Amino acid sequence: MTGPNPSQSAAEPGPRAVRDAAPFVSVEGVTKRFGDFVAVDGVDLDVARGELFAILGPSGCGKSTLLRILAGLERPSSGRIVIDGVDVTRLPPYERPVNIMFQSYALFPHMTVAQNVAYGLKKERLRAAEIRERVAAMLELVQLSRLADAHPRQISGGQSQRVALARALIKRPKLLLLDEPLAALDKKLRERTQFELANVQDSLGVTFIVVTHDQEEAMTLASRIAVMDAGRFIQIGTPGEVYEQPCNRQVADFVGKINLLDGVVERRGEGTAMVRCEGIDAPIRIACEGEVATGASVCVAVRPEKILVSRRPPAAEGRTVLRGVVFDLAYFGNLSLYRVRTAGGRILDVSAQNQRREAARTLEWDDEVYLSWEDASMILLLE
Amino acid sequence: MTSPAPPHRDGPDPEPGTSAWRLRSPWERVTLAVPYAWLAFFFLAPFAIVFKISVADPIVAQPPFTPLFDVGAEGATSLHLTLDNYAFVLADRLYLLTYLGSLKLALLTTFLCLLLGFPMAYGIARSEPTTRRVLLMLVIMPFWISFLLRVYAWMGILGRHGVLNELLLWTGVISQPLELLHTDAAVFLGMVYSYLPFMILPLYATLERLDESLLEAASDLGGRPAEVFRDVTLPLALPGTIAGCLLVFIPAMGEFVIPALLGGADTLMIGRVVYEEFFFNRDWPVAATVAVLLLLLLVGPIVLLQRYQEEDAT
Repeated sequence: MTGPNPSQSAAEPGPRAVRDAAPFVSVEGVTKRFGDFVAVDGVDLDVARGELFAILGPSGCGKSTLLRILAGLERPSSGRIVIDGVDVTRLPPYERPVNIMFQSYALFPHMTVAQNVAYGLKKERLRAAEIRERVAAMLELVQLSRLADAHPRQISGGQSQRVALARALIKRPKLLLLDEPLAALDKKLRERTQFELANVQDSLGVTFIVVTHDQEEAMTLASRIAVMDAGRFIQIGTPGEVYEQPCNRQVADFVGKINLLDGVVERRGEGTAMVRCEGIDAPIRIACEGEVATGASVCVAVRPEKILVSRRPPAAEGRTVLRGVVFDLAYFGNLSLYRVRTAGGRILDVSAQNQRREAARTLEWDDEVYLSWEDASMILLLE
Repeated sequence: MTSPAPPHRDGPDPEPGTSAWRLRSPWERVTLAVPYAWLAFFFLAPFAIVFKISVADPIVAQPPFTPLFDVGAEGATSLHLTLDNYAFVLADRLYLLTYLGSLKLALLTTFLCLLLGFPMAYGIARSEPTTRRVLLMLVIMPFWISFLLRVYAWMGILGRHGVLNELLLWTGVISQPLELLHTDAAVFLGMVYSYLPFMILPLYATLERLDESLLEAASDLGGRPAEVFRDVTLPLALPGTIAGCLLVFIPAMGEFVIPALLGGADTLMIGRVVYEEFFFNRDWPVAATVAVLLLLLLVGPIVLLQRYQEEDAT
């Protein structure tokens, strides 16, 4: 559950798109060194057929290198890659049943949209008539038929993204790799494209591996996420698992916003523990099944949206209640973010849906408020 | 289909031509005037003079050609123009053969420079940044020595008692010295040696800008290395290739020093003809005519290049 072993949650299949129990793509102990620098450090990964898998990590964590190794653009220093039962570790990119969509899209500037999309099929030496047919069908799928004769410099970022996707998909790869597929798009377009991408993946049944530093992108796209840092996978799980049960501080901090509190276990109870945290005057009760000794230093965490902020004292049953003062607030339209200073001087981030219009907003700066959350919302992080 | 996203690269200018209309402050006019003045003084004016000489008649005088305006006995001036020189040059097969000889030499030189220069430029563009600086330096370094001296150095290497012959005799590869100097081969060697940097530098500039991910994408889509080179590298290196070829071809057409020093007596080169008409025959009008015709011959490829570059820019 909240244990530090990532393989535990990796074994659990995701809720969607996992149609085949046997691993379709397996990465076995892959390491890549550049001189003294270890970019990818002994990574193991199994991806099922038809899965949409995301690798999430900060820049420089080795995720792009891993993707390039899968595509055959880099040779791993050690380890093996098996796709659909075939060891492809030593195959060059042009012989792998894998295609990649580059972050820059890498469209050929001297070819039209249709020529870009047709390139992969020409290399397969298909008949001209078949190429024409398949290119037309693919352009139809990504809604670009109108721009078939345009050059890449004449089309927008969103259109470029779809050309790049079409160019990679037309090869009917067993595995499609996407390097930050939405990073070059603006926010509105990104949201729409996320769903388009997921729909295309679902309808074609191609296995996708997406690399991204954007946790929102990973969450909405993927059936499973691997959180990567310093060349290793720290946690593999469904978006829900990674968000709600981060295996350690790093994952908790990287995926979404979170309040992290360092503390010491004061008392153990039946399925609960009382943790005294710096800056919080009362000990916090948290749900806890694992073996945590009294006196152990731990980190407890609670997501901003799990905290309820109110003027009146809430019902205390099964909840932790703290008092505090509104230190700062920010209005985002759909929600507001409050920064509340507790009696012990600690500042907690709290987010609340704006269910009423702003005129009816009740909380202002320096208001005294109550913070409360369910005991089960608190995450206990060992280490 | 219309997306709100601005094109993330190479997007069309939102208002075409704005950049050209905006820069009209006095200082910008001055900056623009400098290159125009340069071209007018050092290119247009000399060309006008040469053209004027080419439509004059040769006379034994100082300067050795008739003036543009004849002053008649009554003080009336009349324009003195003749196309005799053009008729003369175009009618003589020797001049035609010389043009063809120059054309052949220039084309072959360009081709050999491209053949050698492309892999060199590619290698430099793909090398580590530190190595790249050293390699570029090595390409440019010959320019630190006078061009004439370098050609003389080749005479010292290729001569009957030159370095190369002595070395081959000493190692016993040959027993008689080879006739290397004053051959067509020596001319090609000298030409390729001298013009190679002019091919390498523009090629390097385009190849260095070549986005590596395009090559990776082509490889990923099933292109074998040779196909990736043919489908992506070559077409994208075309602007640099054309620039390099013209930078070699145009001066090679009029090259005079290398064939004169390294070539044999029978090497027909237009530059040499111009030289001889000027200095030995003292027939300036014919020399000027030959030069003007050479320029007209070169205008074709230059216009072609400009049209290509304009297409490339839009």
